Amino acid sequence: MARVSIDVGFCKGCELCIPFCPHDSLTMSRHLNEHGLPTVYFKEDHPCSGCRYCAVMCPEAAIEIFK
Amino acid sequence: MQALYSAPETLIRTPSHYCPGCGHGIAHRLLAEIIDEWGIRGKTIGLAPVGCSVLAYNYLDIDMCEAAHGRPPAIATGIKRVHPDNVVFTYQGDGDLAAIGMAEIVHAASRAENITVIFINNAIYGMTNGQLAPTTLLNQRTTTTPEGRNPLTHGYPIRICELLATLEGASFLARTSLSSPKDVLQTKEALKKGFKTQIEKKGFSLIEVLAPCPVYWRMSPVESLKFIEEKMTQTFPLGVFKDWEKTVSAPGGQATKV
Repeated sequence: MARVSIDVGFCKGCELCIPFCPHDSLTMSRHLNEHGLPTVYFKEDHPCSGCRYCAVMCPEAAIEIFK
Repeated sequence: MQALYSAPETLIRTPSHYCPGCGHGIAHRLLAEIIDEWGIRGKTIGLAPVGCSVLAYNYLDIDMCEAAHGRPPAIATGIKRVHPDNVVFTYQGDGDLAAIGMAEIVHAASRAENITVIFINNAIYGMTNGQLAPTTLLNQRTTTTPEGRNPLTHGYPIRICELLATLEGASFLARTSLSSPKDVLQTKEALKKGFKTQIEKKGFSLIEVLAPCPVYWRMSPVESLKFIEEKMTQTFPLGVFKDWEKTVSAPGGQATKV
């Protein structure tokens, strides 16, 4: 099972990754990063097939995927 | 743990100045990925435009040069002629390329300069708060066309790929978008083809990328992707307009899918 790691220092909360996740594993958090921007987080209990769609859409290259 | 995907090394790890959901970040990352994959970081020279991506040199760890507004094709011509073995690309927005730089791009294409032009078309002037651009769609609202673009007073949007396809010097012309993962990956393939055109000395290549500008389109980033898919591609059809490897489509004729 793969997992998504989001660098919250780079995430601007644009949400472009969220609609393209086939497992609905990404969502917005209430946590603000050091720039005061809302960020996305990976739901650890949800599956990840490692399709990389989220990373392909991320304008900030904030997403890393591990297997 | 094995990394399935991580940010390319050519992309400098610093938070960008772009607005949330901006297409420039995706385009920069695709460029950095291609430069890493092909190992051409040491011999690639980029030209930054005037516009939102004026600070592109802060994000790409390659040799970059800044040009006067609209003039990256002219500077790139000089750099490429002095260093013919280097990979020279310009990265321009619609205000830079289609407005003030129209003469430079047309003549660079007609001279068949061995350069690659990356044309980010977001149909608006993002840097100066969202005024009418030459590529603004009909009826699109901007700060200078609050009632929508009216062809009687503001004219019609310019289709750069179709325009340059009439020139014999242009070897590869394609229009892609950033509206879905599939389109982003197709954009990457088109950019690779553009660099290949230059490396094999086949002439001028231009890749027009339809990019979102959610802040000045006054919509959310996800809505802006829908706007590209539903509205922008009606005016700017995606496809390859000229390709030196395949049969050349008729100028301004039916585009073929990338």
